[in-house]
Amino acid sequence: MGRTLKELQPKTGGKIIKIQGTGAVKRRLMDMGVVRGTEIYIEKKAPLGDPIEVKVKGYNLTLRKEDAEKIIVE
Amino acid sequence: MLRNITIALAGNPNSGKTTLFNAFTGARHSVGNWPGVTVEKKEGKLHHKNNEMIAVDLPGTYSLSPYSLEEKISRKYIVDESPDVVVNIVDASNIERNLYLSMQLIELGKPVVIALNMLDVAQRRGHKIDHEKLSKLLGVPVVPIIATQKKGIEKLLDTALEVAHGKIKYNPNQVDYGKDVEKKIKETIEMLKGHVDISKFNLRWLALKVIEEDEEILNELNLTPQVENDEIAVTDEFSLEDDYESLVAGRRYTYITSIISKTVKKPKDEGLNTSDKIDKVLTNKWLGLPIFAGLMYIVFWFTFNIGNIFLDQIDGWFGTFGETVGASLEGAVAPWLQSLIVDGIIGGVGGVLTFVPNIVFLFIAISILEDSGYMARVAFIMDRAMRKIGLSGKAFIPMLMGFGCSVPAVMGTRTLENENDRLASILVVPFMSCGARAPIYILFAGVFFPGYESIVTFSLYVLGIVVAIMCALIFKKTLFKGEQSPFVMEIPPYKFPTLGGTGIAVWEKAKGYILRAGTIIFAASVLIWFILGFNFSGQVEMVDSIGASIGKIAAPIFRPLGFGSWQAALSLITGLMAKEVVVSSMAVIYGLGEAVGEAAMEGDVLGFAGALKTAGFTSLSALSFMVFSLLYIPCLAVIGVIKRETNSWKWTGFSVGYTFVVAWVVSFLVYQVGGLLGF
Repeated sequence: MGRTLKELQPKTGGKIIKIQGTGAVKRRLMDMGVVRGTEIYIEKKAPLGDPIEVKVKGYNLTLRKEDAEKIIVE
Repeated sequence: MLRNITIALAGNPNSGKTTLFNAFTGARHSVGNWPGVTVEKKEGKLHHKNNEMIAVDLPGTYSLSPYSLEEKISRKYIVDESPDVVVNIVDASNIERNLYLSMQLIELGKPVVIALNMLDVAQRRGHKIDHEKLSKLLGVPVVPIIATQKKGIEKLLDTALEVAHGKIKYNPNQVDYGKDVEKKIKETIEMLKGHVDISKFNLRWLALKVIEEDEEILNELNLTPQVENDEIAVTDEFSLEDDYESLVAGRRYTYITSIISKTVKKPKDEGLNTSDKIDKVLTNKWLGLPIFAGLMYIVFWFTFNIGNIFLDQIDGWFGTFGETVGASLEGAVAPWLQSLIVDGIIGGVGGVLTFVPNIVFLFIAISILEDSGYMARVAFIMDRAMRKIGLSGKAFIPMLMGFGCSVPAVMGTRTLENENDRLASILVVPFMSCGARAPIYILFAGVFFPGYESIVTFSLYVLGIVVAIMCALIFKKTLFKGEQSPFVMEIPPYKFPTLGGTGIAVWEKAKGYILRAGTIIFAASVLIWFILGFNFSGQVEMVDSIGASIGKIAAPIFRPLGFGSWQAALSLITGLMAKEVVVSSMAVIYGLGEAVGEAAMEGDVLGFAGALKTAGFTSLSALSFMVFSLLYIPCLAVIGVIKRETNSWKWTGFSVGYTFVVAWVVSFLVYQVGGLLGF
């Protein structure tokens, strides 16, 4: 169930239910507040289409689409 | 107590740490590198109520997990060096994420004071923070401050002193990680007790690090990951399976959220803040790129047009200074000493110092873009394009700066936190054709490609970019392969850069350039002066000098490239000092005198043309020579700064070696293929 963050359109969002994978990127994302139960909202894509900018815990964060794919939202 | 009190400043990037540090110490601080690494180390003394204290500005960090080199340094410092008090600066307008680091610091069991910064920003957004209650819930002192207005600094220092002296009894509260994780923590603590020397660590923190599979800690303790892929069933509100690492991070945030809900009141709908509004334009799908290009153009215009006004001035001063000193030394000292001082030292060091205005203006521009928060947007806009060549979006700015001068460009790679990205960028930046190469193009293109000067020059700039891209690709596939650096970056809100902050940042960088590059140039100037005027029997004409001998030895190397005379070889060697020297030293070496050299640099090439043609240059070998000049070893100032920024002779040597090889191969291809094609 749930969709990956990459599939979401700008100006939409959802609650994070899981972050897949392991390693540095996952650790970093979690340290930055991308953890289970948190609301995440897609602000926009970069002019060239990648990376994306999201709003999480009241601030703006940018990440690449391939990493957004690991974030499952409700 | 006679001992100095050490205050470590820890906090997230963009939390105002540097502003607070500057408020503490002013410009009276020293900047160096942390031992063994290239990350900046800032330290400054300050006095407060008869106490002498040392403030240490730790690199900005989001957590105490080792992710980047900087975070390793911050953690290592706090854990191993045990500062008397850790001042944790927290951005009040972004409190939730900022408290994540605070929780880790508290877990570590070190004396912590929280400096709750940017209250003005938070208030403007309508956030109300009960800092007293926050202090009670966290169990550590919380001092509200506004670092940019120097508000609350006294109180903060008072509190830090009291904590350092043990006068404030505080009882930090621990995160409750839930039954399952707490059980695991207990087990791990038991396991650790029997195993390792744990005296310097806080046991609970250590256990958490082991559970989080913190590689450095596991290595240090010589443990194997015990909990690897240890999935467990969780009975909390999510009723989902997850690994311990995620559980620890998740519950730490859950704990923070519960504290926030009791202490911070936010308006229900914040709407668009000013930053979002600005970003609607600046990172707009259609406008983002053109605005970015325009801003870059302004930066360059500012740096070179305004900088050059001063450049000519300084150049003039050094000329006059050299003449005056030369005249006053005439007869007073031996001619060789006069020549060393005037031609060697004043000429050489002056040549580097003339670039100081450009460097200062470039850094003013860059510093403003950085402090305003626009640089993060540049990385955001350019990441996709830069990724195609294996670099991060953050590497774009240094590459662009390379068109001006590689020295600030190499220094600019500091914004890259990934060490491999940074090295790859440092290695390819010198291929971006810097301003000092222009005189060479002007001269040779003017003599050998009349009417086509601009197209030849333009092609050389393009060639530099192509070579840089190709080398970056090769490096990423060979030397720096392995895991792709994550691009997970905060986009900070826009803010107005402060005059003081920009001033201090620019001063630090200019000082570094003048001092360090200056000392290396000084030594090199003396050396080059010496080899052009002496051989082992004493002072001689240039033809018999060590330099000429070196030129003769080196010449065969260049023969396959089309320019095998010792004069050409020697001028390339002297060009290592600064690439514009190639032209002026050619004039001197070919016996045309200084005047012709200067005329040539200014585009009057008639006198030079004959000499170059008699010296054996053809259109093809001239092209080959220009290509070689573009690509070969960067000048000494750049080599110096590469050494400083990589902190490694190995990489400096590699940079010198491989650029020479690349230049040789490309020039060889130009000359030989051109020859086959009948040019």
